[in-house]
Parts: sequence; C-alpha cells; structure tokens
Amino acid sequence: MTRQMTGAEMVIQALIDQGVDTIFGYPGGAVLPIYDEIFQQDKINHILVRHEQGAGHAAEGYARSTGKPGVVLVTSGPGATNMVTALTDALMDSIPMVCITGQVPTHLIGTDGFQECDTVGITRPCTKHNWLVQRIEDLPKILHEAFRIATTGRPGPVVVDIPKNIQFQTGTYANFKDQAQTQYKPRVKGDDTAIREAVALMAAAKKPVLYTGGGVVNAGPAASRLLRELVKLTNMPITSTLMGLGAYPASGPNWLGMLGMHGTYEANLAMHDCDVMVCIGARFDDRITGRIDAFSPTSKKIHIDIDPSSINKNVRVDIPIVGDVGYVLEDMIKVWKETQPVQDRAAMTAWWQQVSVWKAKKCLAYRKNADVIMPQYAVERLYQLTKGHDTYITTEVGQHQMWAAQYFGFEEPNRWMTSGGLGTMGYGLPAALGVQIAHPDALVIDIAGDASVQMNIQEMSTAIQYEAPIKVFILNNQYMGMVRQWQQLLHGNRLSHSYTEAMPDFVKLAEAYGAVGIKAERPDELDDAIEEMIRVKRPVIFDCRVANLANCFPMIPSGKAHNEMLLGDASDDEIDTAIGSSGKMLV
Amino acid sequence: MMIVAGQSQSAYFLEETSTVAETHTLSVLVDNEPGVLARVIGLFSGRGYNIESLTVSEVEHEKHLSRITVVTTGTPQVITQIMNQLGRLVPVHRVVNLTKMGEAIERELALVKVAGKGEHRVEALRLAQAFEARTVDATLESFVFELTGTPADIDRFVNLMTECGLVEVARTGLAALARGKMGM
Repeated sequence: MTRQMTGAEMVIQALIDQGVDTIFGYPGGAVLPIYDEIFQQDKINHILVRHEQGAGHAAEGYARSTGKPGVVLVTSGPGATNMVTALTDALMDSIPMVCITGQVPTHLIGTDGFQECDTVGITRPCTKHNWLVQRIEDLPKILHEAFRIATTGRPGPVVVDIPKNIQFQTGTYANFKDQAQTQYKPRVKGDDTAIREAVALMAAAKKPVLYTGGGVVNAGPAASRLLRELVKLTNMPITSTLMGLGAYPASGPNWLGMLGMHGTYEANLAMHDCDVMVCIGARFDDRITGRIDAFSPTSKKIHIDIDPSSINKNVRVDIPIVGDVGYVLEDMIKVWKETQPVQDRAAMTAWWQQVSVWKAKKCLAYRKNADVIMPQYAVERLYQLTKGHDTYITTEVGQHQMWAAQYFGFEEPNRWMTSGGLGTMGYGLPAALGVQIAHPDALVIDIAGDASVQMNIQEMSTAIQYEAPIKVFILNNQYMGMVRQWQQLLHGNRLSHSYTEAMPDFVKLAEAYGAVGIKAERPDELDDAIEEMIRVKRPVIFDCRVANLANCFPMIPSGKAHNEMLLGDASDDEIDTAIGSSGKMLV
Repeated sequence: MMIVAGQSQSAYFLEETSTVAETHTLSVLVDNEPGVLARVIGLFSGRGYNIESLTVSEVEHEKHLSRITVVTTGTPQVITQIMNQLGRLVPVHRVVNLTKMGEAIERELALVKVAGKGEHRVEALRLAQAFEARTVDATLESFVFELTGTPADIDRFVNLMTECGLVEVARTGLAALARGKMGM
C-alpha cells in the first residue's frame, strides 16, 4: 500500500507503522510541520519535556524498561546539540533510540542559517548510524531502516535529520518495516563449534564464574530466563556488571553480587581466582577489569557478544562467540543437556566453600548510626519497604548510584535504569519520567544525589504536566560524594569544588513545581517518610539527609587488581596509601 | 608523571603482549553515500588509530560502491580491532586485510615537479628514464614527471630528485588488490 503524503505526515505514519505509541520531544522552527501533524492525530502520545537532554534520557528510560525503542523529536541547532549527551549515553549503554531532528531547508544548509548546525557531523561519533535526508523519495526507507538499525544487533541510537522543506514536500509513502535497505545484517546465531568447545571447557572447570552484563538484558526477557536455566544446570557462581543487574535475581542462590570497582569482595575475588570465566553480554570495561595485566590471570575466558569489536578489545579471550546472548545461551543449554557432561563435584564444592569464606567477610557491612541516616541504610530501607510493589529504579551518577547497585536487590531485568558507560549526571530524573510514562501504575523511583539531580531537575515540571508520579529519592550529603571520595583518596583530602554551599530547599522546590516534598533527617523517621512517599500518588521529591562524609566501599582503587580491594573497615592509613602515584593518573 | 611499564596499569595504559607495530593494508568496500569517508576517518581519529595512506574512489557505479584503501600501523591486536570497528559501520560491506592475504599488489602514482638548468636538468631526465617515469609537462626550465610504482619506488625517485631541483610532489596514496582470481 503506497500513499501520497508530505514528509511530515510520513514521519508520523512511519512511527505508527513501527508501533510507536509515545515520543518525547520539544518543538522548534525546523520541526513545526511535524508538530502540526502531531496536533492532528491521536495515535501517538507526545511528551513535552523541558530540555532536549531530558527527552533523550526519558526515551532511554522508556526503552530500557520496555525493550522497545525510545523515540525523540527535537528541532535543529540547539535542539540537536542538546541531544548529544543522551545519544552518547545510549551508544555507550546500547539503548535503542530513534532521534528525529529538524534541519534548516536544504537550500540553506551550509550558510550558517539560524539554528543551523551540522547535526549528522556532530552526531556521527555518538550514534550507531545517522542520516541527513536529502530527497523526499528516500524518507520512508530511511525512517524504517532507522528503526531496524537501532533495535537489531547491538542496539544503539540513530539520528534522522530532516530539512524543513523535505517535511513540506509531497512524496510516495510505503511501509518498509523490517525490510533491509542496507546490507547491515548482524549475526545472531553463535558458531556451533565454538559453543561446543565452550561447553566442554565449562564442564571441566574447577573454579568457574559467570560474568554477565547488559547484553543479557538487551537480548530480551527470554535471555534472562535462559541464563537462570544455565546457572541451575551448571551450578556456577554468577556476578554481573552494573548494566546487567536483574538478569539473574539478587535473591538467587548462586548470586555473588555486582563486580568491578565497587563490586563485592566475593564477586571480584571469584573473578580473580577462577579457572574458567564465561563473559555473557559484557565488554571487559575498565570499571570491571581494574588493572588489566593482573585481571583474572589464571583463567580461560569465553566471551559471548553480538558485537565482534568487543572481542579481544581490552582482554584477550580463549573462546569468542559472536552472537545474540539469547540464541547462544539456548544453544549452550542444548549442548550441555545433550552431552550430559560430568562436572568435578569435589572441585565445585571446594570452590563454593571458598566463595562462602569470601562472603563471610560481609564486605557491604557498614557502621550504623542512630542519629544520622547512613546512605547505605537509606537504600536498604527503600529496598525493604518497596518489596511487593511493581518497582522500577533509576539513578543519577555517583556514590548514590553505587549504593543503589549494592544495596537494592533486583529480581527481574528491565527494572534498573542507570547510566553505566557514559556516567551521565542528570540521567535519573528524566529516565524515571520515561519509565513512568511507559508504566503508569508502577512505582518508579529515581535514587538520586543532591548534585546530579540538579542537572535535569526541570523535568519535574514535565512529571507534573503528565501526572507521572515519579519519586525522586535524594541521598543528600551536600557533596558531590564520589568526587569528594576521590579527592580524599587521591588528592590529600583537598575538597576542591565538591561541596555545594548553596543547596535549594528540596521540599520547597517540590512544592514550587506542584509536587510533594518530603524530608527525613533521622534514622527513626526514615521508614514512615518512605512509606508516605510510596503512598502519595503524585510526583515526590524526597530530601533524605544522609551522613555527609560516607565513602563508597568496597573499592578497587585505580591501577589495582581485583585482589587489592579496599573494604569498608579499612583503616585510615590504608586508605591514604591505597593509591600509588601512578594510579592517580587514572580516571 | 612517568608511567613505568610493568608497574601501574589500568585500562588506560593497555600493555600489549606483542608491542611490535606492523603496517597493514586494508581494503574496505563501502556504499558510496554522503559522509561515508567521514565515518571511516572519524573512526580512526576518534579511537587513536594511525592512517599512513588513504585512498577512496567509486569502483562500481551501478551499485554505488567505493573502495577505500587504507594503510595503517599497529600491533596485531589493534589491526584486528580496526577491522572489527570498520565492520561495525553500517555502510561498510567488507573489510579485507590485504597484507594478511599474502603479497598484495600495491601501487601509487606520483607527480613530481623539478626545475633547473644544465647538468641538473639532464640528470633529472636520465633518472626519470631509468625509473620509467613519463614526462607529462616540460618547459625550458622544468619538468613534471608521472611515476607509478610501489610507495618505496616513489620514495627512492623523490629522494633522487631532491638533488635535481625538486619543487614539489603530489602522491595519490596507495591502491591495492589481492593477487589471484578471487575478488573480495
């Protein structure tokens, strides 16, 4: 079925044909024709944000919590440049996003026209692919190909830049959904021989560990189910990166907790001492590996990843398997069941005993305080009191993010939205908005820091407008806590510009937006306050005043190996000398 | 601050097990569409890879295919990473490492301008004949020679010409194909 329509109509029609029901955006001169079409239809719900970056992160939250692509519509020039952070964030964390930008008319391109910028040039390195539409005939194909590329293979953000005159032009529209317009065709099925070799290696392992990441979540709910089946089948201990939390339940018997710079003692030591490591949909990021020449020195490594460029990028692996985690896990389980391998029971028992010795360290223990709310305690209470609710958690970036990852247990995938790769302060509030729009009846909480939250606080106004009852739970220590922690560890406790001397009154701020403000200052009032926050069916800003100088432990200092962790009870001396002069160079 | 090898390492100071940099010629078949060269070049600069030579031209008009020939230097691990990163670009059809496929045919074209009188001029012409360079422009005081050969041939010729009144050189960069009957 083909139809004649304008470029602006094509945009809306393509979104409808792709099954899009919600877009996030902000109007402007170069997208007015598209906004005019939005006005004249009722199939697509447009969420008007207060800043384009907010639209981007909201779309990410929407995408990550639903598995569907997030769609953004912004204008040319500043509209597009304000999207750059969100696009980069989505690229780093492999979030499917389609961003449509307006552009000045084709005859004005290159003249430094009003609100003109080289959008495809600027966004080329921060998208999976992008297009400048130069002819109306190309528009339908590009729009549909944009969705195919954003959502298949390793997901990522794409930009379609549409000049205003193309939006007005009339052309022929056809639905090209799922019809390849380029030769792009990611490999989803893993190599059979490699999978068989991997299973044999896993079966013979004496000290195996599964190291999983965001790729499992991206591969869909079925992949998480398969992962759980594989764990059951092999009885291997399992850890996960920040991005992969929830794929295996935190209450599961084989769970070691998160690994990496602020991962648990047991997870990091299991990684360091294992003899077979199975990396599933993770990418050996530097937050995970620590000092790379001392990373898991004695293990054979299996790496499952849909992106061939992830293989052997940071760490050399023994058995690479390029494919979609879901497909590969399915085949692995099939081969395991078919070959019925005999594991070394004695070795596995000894390995689990070792794990329990590490666990006995209780690396997440912290000193409780009757007068001051410890940030860890706040997250623990939040976790306990939200159990049984349909809960989604987003975070900003910093100490609170790590405490959320450490002390909040995730039982299901797609419940945890955080900026992992890029580490974008200001992500959590708009992301929570996006999640809440997708799940109107769910309890959506942004675990925030007082510094991060102010980077996109304007989206509270959006939450009010759309009656999205997001809860912004601020662990307020008046510092950029992680910056302060690093200054303490690395720079002689000279706290250069990490203290926020003028902090807004968050309760009044909430009220100014038309939201509900709640404040808790003492541990004994925390539970009631959290329960009130959950009860309120409106947006809430929760000012949780926590201990100002708490540090986030465990920690693998920069330039150190997994077995050189700092634990919470480390003495002050140990902290002072923990990072050598060369480690200070590192980020 | 000094980073001493073998002491402080994190992901930001990757220690290669093989630190010997090799020079490889990659042939990349791409859709001839706006921005494709920028994608390739941006990848190299953004990820800190070297470009020693890069040529690009449409090779199949109907299919809108261009061939990019790029000469790059890196450890074997980096070369593999470059190929994988190139393969990730949507308009890239194929990436072939010609150096790994055996001795590829590699040619470059140079235009070399020399100016001078007397003995210099005679010597320049003699050398040009010896290298089988064509004379594509001549005045009473100058020549422009056209020479096709391997980059090393051209280096040699240009070096000799510096003694004979070399004015300037234009080089195309490398074009390369694998030997044998198979295409990429």
